[in-house]
Amino acid sequence: MSPELRTQDKSGNGALAVRDGGQAAVRRSGPGTNAPGLDFGLAWNYAPAPETAKVSIVDRYGLFINGKFVKPSGAGSGHFATINPANEKQLSEIAQGSPKDVDSAVKAARAALPKWAGLKASERGKFLFRIARRIQERARELAILETMDGGKPIRESRDVDVPLAAQHFFYHAGWADKLEYAFPGGGGIGFQPMDGRGGGGKQRRTGWKPVPLGVCGQIIPWNFPLLMAAWKLAPALACGNTCVLKPAETTSLTALRLAEILDEVGLPPGVVNIVTGDGSTGAALVNHAGVDKIAFTGSTDVGKRIAKAVAGTEKKLTLELGGKSANIIFDDASIDQAVEGIIQGIYFNQGHVCCAGSRLFVQESIVDEVVAKLTVRLASLRVGDPLDKNTDLGAINSRPQLEKIQQYLELGAGEGAELHIPGPQGGKAGRQQGTKEIVKCSQAGLPDKGFWCRPCFFSGVQPSHMIAREEIFGPVLAVMTFRTPEEAITRANNTPYGLAAGVWTDKGSKIFEVAKKLEAGVVWLNTYNRFDAASPFGGFKESGFGREGGKQGLRAYVHLD
Amino acid sequence: MVEARAASFKTRSIKTSAKLAGLRLAMRMVDLTTLEGKDSPEKVRSLCRKAARPGDGVLGVGDAPSVAAVCVYPSMVPVAREALGESGVKVASVATGFPSGQYPLAVRIRDTEEAVRDGADEIDMVINRGAFHAGRFEEVAREIREFKAVCNASGSLGGNAREHVHLKVILETGELDTYDNVRRASDLAIEALLYDGGEGPAGTGFIKTSTGKVAPAATMPVTLVMLEAIRDCYLGTGKMIGMKPAGGIRASKEALHYLVMVKETLGDRWLDPDWFRFGASALLNDLLRQMSRHGEGEGKGKYAARYDFSEA
Repeated sequence: MSPELRTQDKSGNGALAVRDGGQAAVRRSGPGTNAPGLDFGLAWNYAPAPETAKVSIVDRYGLFINGKFVKPSGAGSGHFATINPANEKQLSEIAQGSPKDVDSAVKAARAALPKWAGLKASERGKFLFRIARRIQERARELAILETMDGGKPIRESRDVDVPLAAQHFFYHAGWADKLEYAFPGGGGIGFQPMDGRGGGGKQRRTGWKPVPLGVCGQIIPWNFPLLMAAWKLAPALACGNTCVLKPAETTSLTALRLAEILDEVGLPPGVVNIVTGDGSTGAALVNHAGVDKIAFTGSTDVGKRIAKAVAGTEKKLTLELGGKSANIIFDDASIDQAVEGIIQGIYFNQGHVCCAGSRLFVQESIVDEVVAKLTVRLASLRVGDPLDKNTDLGAINSRPQLEKIQQYLELGAGEGAELHIPGPQGGKAGRQQGTKEIVKCSQAGLPDKGFWCRPCFFSGVQPSHMIAREEIFGPVLAVMTFRTPEEAITRANNTPYGLAAGVWTDKGSKIFEVAKKLEAGVVWLNTYNRFDAASPFGGFKESGFGREGGKQGLRAYVHLD
Repeated sequence: MVEARAASFKTRSIKTSAKLAGLRLAMRMVDLTTLEGKDSPEKVRSLCRKAARPGDGVLGVGDAPSVAAVCVYPSMVPVAREALGESGVKVASVATGFPSGQYPLAVRIRDTEEAVRDGADEIDMVINRGAFHAGRFEEVAREIREFKAVCNASGSLGGNAREHVHLKVILETGELDTYDNVRRASDLAIEALLYDGGEGPAGTGFIKTSTGKVAPAATMPVTLVMLEAIRDCYLGTGKMIGMKPAGGIRASKEALHYLVMVKETLGDRWLDPDWFRFGASALLNDLLRQMSRHGEGEGKGKYAARYDFSEA
């Protein structure tokens, strides 16, 4: 890399300089100051620290229906390959569930419902406790599998995904026999599960306690495969429902490993069925008449289609969809902490997070400082082998996702924003550069095989830019400015989405004032991307409806009225 | 977030060659310290010997590098100066009414001048915490500038005074209570250290967490806040300031965590004894133990007992 020094004038804020070749720097306005860079190079380089434990993966997986792994059958069934996105090597073959398979799964769930719903609630809780403990016991194996299948760094799957998945089962295990306390006076008319929908179930007033909805069809995304399975299954099971879970096409392995765990703990057959496959499998599940509830986490596009499909039926629906969440930094914030929050907000899990803080609003007076510190901090991030314990950012989940991200990089540069790709081998791509250069820059120093994109950000972004409006779902941040709190709120709310937001200020009154005006399901104050099973999560506007986690999450799995 | 960030450095996995290199680097950064009322010339002499040749008598680490400095009270400076000679190991001395700083300024200046005249290469001064807490920041800064001036003028003090005397400013973070205070004191100390532009014989200088006499001494979050102040100074002015966490760092593993934090906050240039030090005493033997165990020498794979090491 040439030590080229580029300067850009930033709307009267003084000159900003970012130097290529592993060095990032700020030039502050003022005489006699030079622009040194911090050097995150190879002095005392960390030796590779790969997670070496071997996990067994069979060559071909079936569908988990009625407590057994079965081969897919019926028209449209078959198998497809699942690969490791870090090296594109095939890991296994996953079953493509057909409408017939979905039907068998729904029937199995229906058949298991009366017994499961009628089981003493404390006994249901015990099953959830056992699942949680077994997830903890097999945590290392699950973390490795998650990382191999999805590309996320092992430190995240080990420290976040798997522990949180276990926590969700623990948390909901506790609720199983306390539902009437969660919803006091909440007895109402419910489908008597004994009758079963298939047999023309009657609505009956239960009088004093919440009753399960019935058979839940649950469709989960590829960004947090095991964790999303836990988010979906734990509350449903705690409330006495039975489930048919459809994992994402590219990341089915941990859900199938979870099926083994369910079997190990002796969960009655049919209570949870796992049907793998692509979108058509999901569609079959959504359209199946024997399903009482659909819970979906994924893109807003698909969410809208699902909403249309279930409209006019008696199916209940919760949707947790896309986001373009705002992270707002005021000039009285602790800047270093805020920069950590930005990093945590957008680069966690390669930006494959629905609530990622992908729009950054910085108060005008501190934008140079924030951009400079962000550049320095980004240069210190370690991108590469997801199985290495020192990796901060792993591989992009799939080729289509990588291509989508690359299109946005090109689009953003074309729209006139300045792309910054700091890092040991990174550099900066300007608006004049073509797609090839931008893509090359975003993959500098990374392996040829696998799907990679360096963490990066756009400065000089306008709210009308596509990169500021559409969900990219990658390690790409759009940096914008504001002058007054009112402007920050208006700009932050100017989006079809409303999943999450972050506010950074050391001033307490400002925190509460801004937080209550933000149209977002979750607002983090001086932190970002913190999750807990006890805390409800969900969106406003096109980010969906319904909540997951906490008492509010349980509400989506019981009849009260 | 500062605590979460500091904790994240502990999750780095430092193995094999990186571990060995890290241990050697940490060893070169140690300010081997004895600051007790019962310190004797003999104890200081043996400490100096250990500082210059730490690996003597320990299996498989005969090539262990010497440490950065020996840190003693002013009365022991002549002894250390003589024992260390031109071994390359520096003589550091606490001064300025260590550890409380609760003495008249004239006494503290005289204290510093004596230590310099007796041959100290480095002065570890304490700031006036009373003035800091009372909000008299300018007074704190002025005093730092005065001590820096003494270091700059070492040549005029006669005796065994060294040509270049470096100043380390101890904030005593255990008495500052909040990260905001730590940051404010760091900025204040850095600014005072740079009053001469860092161009004098004393160079720029260090900021240091603790005396070791107050608990808590160095912690990772506090050190991180100070490193961030150093980074911001560098990005703004291009001037490098050194950092020295002191007190409470006893295990090699902790030392490696600190090095990870330095590497990922300030980058490669600070991975050098000129810019980063550990104020420690027990740490050295643990570094030797781990080097012996992980090295290729006779100690490989063995876990040396406590009595395998000299006490000082």
